[in-house]
Amino acid sequence: MEHIRLPKVENVKLLDRVSPRRSRVGTLYLTATHSIFVESLAPQRRETWVLHSLVCCVEKQASTESGCPLLIHCKNFQVLHFSVPQESDCLDVFLSLQRLSQPEKYEELYCFSYKPNVPEAQRRQEWAFVDARADYRRMGLPNSQWKLSSVNRHYKVSDTYPADLLVPYSATPPVIVGSSKFRSRGRFPALSYYCKDNHAAICRSSQPLSGFSARCLEDEQMLEAVLRSNPHSDFMYVVDTRPKLNAIANRAAGKGYENEDNYSDIKFQFLGIENIHVMRNSQQKMLEVSELRSPSMSDFLEGLESSGWLKHIKAVLDAGIFIAKAIAEEGVSVLVHCSDGWDRTAQVCSVASVLLDPFYRTLRGLMVLIEKDWISFGHKFSHRCSHLDGDPKEVSPIIDQFLECLWQLMEQFPCAFQYNEKFLITVHNHVYSCQYGNFIGNCQRERIELQVHEKTHSLWSFLWTNRADYINPLYRPDHSQTQGLLRPSTAPYCFKFWRGLYNRFDQGMHPRQSVEDYLRAIQEETQQLEEQLASHKQKITEMAREQSWSTASSDKSLPPWDPGNNLALANTPQDYTSSFLPSSTPKDLDSSTAILPPHDSSLKAETSGSDQESGIADLSCRSPLSEESARDPDSDEAVYSAA
Amino acid sequence: MSGSSGTITIKCKDMRVIQFDIPGMEQCLNIAHSIEILSCLDNVCKMYPFFYKPTDSNLPKQWGLSTPETHYSKMKDLHKKWRLSSVNRDYSVCPSYPPAVIVPSSIGDDVLIKAAKFRQGGRFPVLCYYHRKNGMVIVRSSQPLTGANRKRCSEDELLLQAVIEGSDKGYIIDMRSSQQAQQAWMTGGGFESKSCYERWKRLHRHMERGKVLQESLIKLVEACSDESHNMDRWLSKLENSKWLSHVQTALSTAGLLAECVERDGHSALVHGYEGTDCSLLISTLAQLIVDPSCRSLEGFLALLEREWLQGGHPFQQRCAHSAFSHARLQQESPVFLLLLDSVWQLWRQFPLALGFSEVLLLRLATEAYASDYGTFLCNNDQERCAAGVKDRTHCLFQSLLKPTERDYYSNPLYEPTELAIWPSVHPQSLQLWKGFFLRWTEQARLLEEVQEEIRNMVIKWGKLALS
Repeated sequence: MEHIRLPKVENVKLLDRVSPRRSRVGTLYLTATHSIFVESLAPQRRETWVLHSLVCCVEKQASTESGCPLLIHCKNFQVLHFSVPQESDCLDVFLSLQRLSQPEKYEELYCFSYKPNVPEAQRRQEWAFVDARADYRRMGLPNSQWKLSSVNRHYKVSDTYPADLLVPYSATPPVIVGSSKFRSRGRFPALSYYCKDNHAAICRSSQPLSGFSARCLEDEQMLEAVLRSNPHSDFMYVVDTRPKLNAIANRAAGKGYENEDNYSDIKFQFLGIENIHVMRNSQQKMLEVSELRSPSMSDFLEGLESSGWLKHIKAVLDAGIFIAKAIAEEGVSVLVHCSDGWDRTAQVCSVASVLLDPFYRTLRGLMVLIEKDWISFGHKFSHRCSHLDGDPKEVSPIIDQFLECLWQLMEQFPCAFQYNEKFLITVHNHVYSCQYGNFIGNCQRERIELQVHEKTHSLWSFLWTNRADYINPLYRPDHSQTQGLLRPSTAPYCFKFWRGLYNRFDQGMHPRQSVEDYLRAIQEETQQLEEQLASHKQKITEMAREQSWSTASSDKSLPPWDPGNNLALANTPQDYTSSFLPSSTPKDLDSSTAILPPHDSSLKAETSGSDQESGIADLSCRSPLSEESARDPDSDEAVYSAA
Repeated sequence: MSGSSGTITIKCKDMRVIQFDIPGMEQCLNIAHSIEILSCLDNVCKMYPFFYKPTDSNLPKQWGLSTPETHYSKMKDLHKKWRLSSVNRDYSVCPSYPPAVIVPSSIGDDVLIKAAKFRQGGRFPVLCYYHRKNGMVIVRSSQPLTGANRKRCSEDELLLQAVIEGSDKGYIIDMRSSQQAQQAWMTGGGFESKSCYERWKRLHRHMERGKVLQESLIKLVEACSDESHNMDRWLSKLENSKWLSHVQTALSTAGLLAECVERDGHSALVHGYEGTDCSLLISTLAQLIVDPSCRSLEGFLALLEREWLQGGHPFQQRCAHSAFSHARLQQESPVFLLLLDSVWQLWRQFPLALGFSEVLLLRLATEAYASDYGTFLCNNDQERCAAGVKDRTHCLFQSLLKPTERDYYSNPLYEPTELAIWPSVHPQSLQLWKGFFLRWTEQARLLEEVQEEIRNMVIKWGKLALS
């Protein structure tokens, strides 16, 4: 609280980036955790909440006649453009937000103060929901080839690795420890994914400390043990995900890559994914393009190209495909590394796993995958996502790229994923929000020290509880394109700009009607109808039985009851609400159709319709209506005058 | 070609590329020669639609979905201020107009004849859309023939005056930059000057057409067949083709026109040069935006029939060879394809608002270039009548509406809305039409399967709900 210089500013304007005429006036409140803008004029007093931990940077611009502009860029790509009447107020808000959005200690993070109304026992349960070890069991491990090693139990061998690791059965502790001493940060080769069907495995590590000529017997034995754990294969791939030049440069620092001559039966391969600094700059450029006020098509495409962003996404996906094919098609094990083995390695291993295993294309599967390949293997979330005030050079959108790879795959295979785009966006949001403890810290050891499992809530169980929102209605687990290895195309035209994430808050840009919502409504309705149908079939049989008794005893005026013949009639919806009286048909038919989704969705269409109407404000032709307006430089919000 | 065998590569108008290996050099050459000649027939009457005999249907009694007469008679609201003129009954006033057109009631045929002489190709202003909500209209024409000495035509001024009778002003959407419009003086064309058409406000929106559009299509198709797997190259080629920029301009100009009528509450006149290309494109899109009755399957086809067939888009000249042609054809231009792409963008943004599916747009894109049906033959109504198209060929639109076909072409998610559907024209909102430009790739097939899946879901739900 001591950081809030000014709790409340009135008459603040919130400008709409795309159409300035849609700006709103209201009051801005600063609280310990959120900035809240409450509209003053509108009858519904709409509120805009921004979590401080989602604020990426605050920018105060030179004061103008209409007020002092304050720009808030968020990590979820929301950009809020305020105009504060008094410069001094603006400065106070600016300084407060700057401090509030850059906590210096973990304890200040939102997850430690976020206390939803959940009993403690249930909170503890939340953390048991996703368990990386259970995933190894699902893969059929440990088995005769792979064992659970306790060598890193106290994080002594590698302080950024998890405590539980799977290593080849023949790898003895001295071999593991020896190998770890020959690898950056002690990150020795350990299993990431195992293919039950053909015994091929994806292993991951950091780069070897090979320099120009150094060797390590234990490391060579370790790789041989990985190779031998796949009985059907006489060689293995060692994949360095870096560009060759970067790897060579590392040799001068005593690091580098494996020499094929020193290791038995390895095939070495570079995959050319750029480093975190290139990725950070690329995303920055891409975001600048996405934030342009009214770019022409050429501005946009040129900007997108020069950002290089889609090229990098393609590189990550290409690398994932290389590994997935080695496993599934060649049955060959792969060791993957980059420099430290926590960025590119995490991306590539997890992309390959999604391509290989349909489980990771389910809601629960993706949670497990992120838990395993990212959280437990020590992707440095707090550094990369700048949870705390720290070195800006450590920040990089590595997890964004992974989520985007999944989105690009979903666009190619709309029936292959149980989760939807909203799920990816929600995960992205919470990786940065610090509302849940999952992504706090940089490795397992840090999270234990921070007592994350004791003090915070888990995102995974929150997502699971709300899973209805995240299910893709087109998911078809039995579809031929959905089973086994996904074979995406990586032709450049298959990669699209992810508007849903990067322009998430620019409402005017998104489709005004959602096929997914419509299908979900239909799906729910279909399910209900099927259930009703089943229960009615049952009821009919029961009633038929009863009736056969009663007709036998007395009532002869009723038509003879034949369940077989009347089944079709009994299946009609009017039977849900009343008895089998044939006369009640027309009225009940009406009432039963009233509950069907088309009705619902037409209502929906109307509400979204008002949106469509209000959307027109964007398209206003005020300025274009002046003659010769094609050259009019102040074509205010004439969206249609672009180009 | 090598030794005693040869290879023929056929690049089709629907973007398909087929390769045949044929034994025997001579045979190969003969086949290539024959295909070349047969694919470039000059005489309309020797084209396939005149020989096409589907087993399941006879030649229709009435050709097409509607006529200007029946269209007019259905629009009762219109009758007070607008009449049906048959001044063009023998196509003498305007060769590219249908025999009957809708004009202001107060304007006699003599005025029309004189006004037509003042407009390129005789395309005097005629009504193409009446907005029921406020009585405003969209009118289209060609450019006025003012020429370098700034000629005037009082009949043309009178006609336009009558269009906005009872309203304070009207808008002219000129699909050229103001510079281009001025340059048109040199070739006898021009624009409506402020001094002569006081109550008309001119808005210039530059839209590419003709050769520029054709080259854009050629470049895009070339980009789509690039197999280099280089992202930078793809994006720069996509940008360089400018195709998506043309889509953006088309939608934003149509949005502007629709706004004039729906939001600003004024009538509008649309024209560029000849009034047979972009004018039709923009008026069609604007009608889809504001008029719910154009968005059903029948409504859309009827709209195309009115605006593009009766409206006189020269299909034979514009859609002769598509993107792979080596010959630089002066008249070739994919305006109709640009329309279909723009409609596809609308459908992407409002997936429940249109009654037809992507499959229909794809079918139309194919049929416009090569067809079993006579619908897209010739350049206008007059030519079609002269060639006997209406007596001797089958009509595509009627066949698409047959009960056996229509399910396939309708949108299973269609939920008609009375509201205007305003498209977003941000670059982020517009996409490459993969279904068409990457039609023969695995990707397009996967997306087709998804549409099939959606259809099945709706059918299953429909059955249960009805049972």
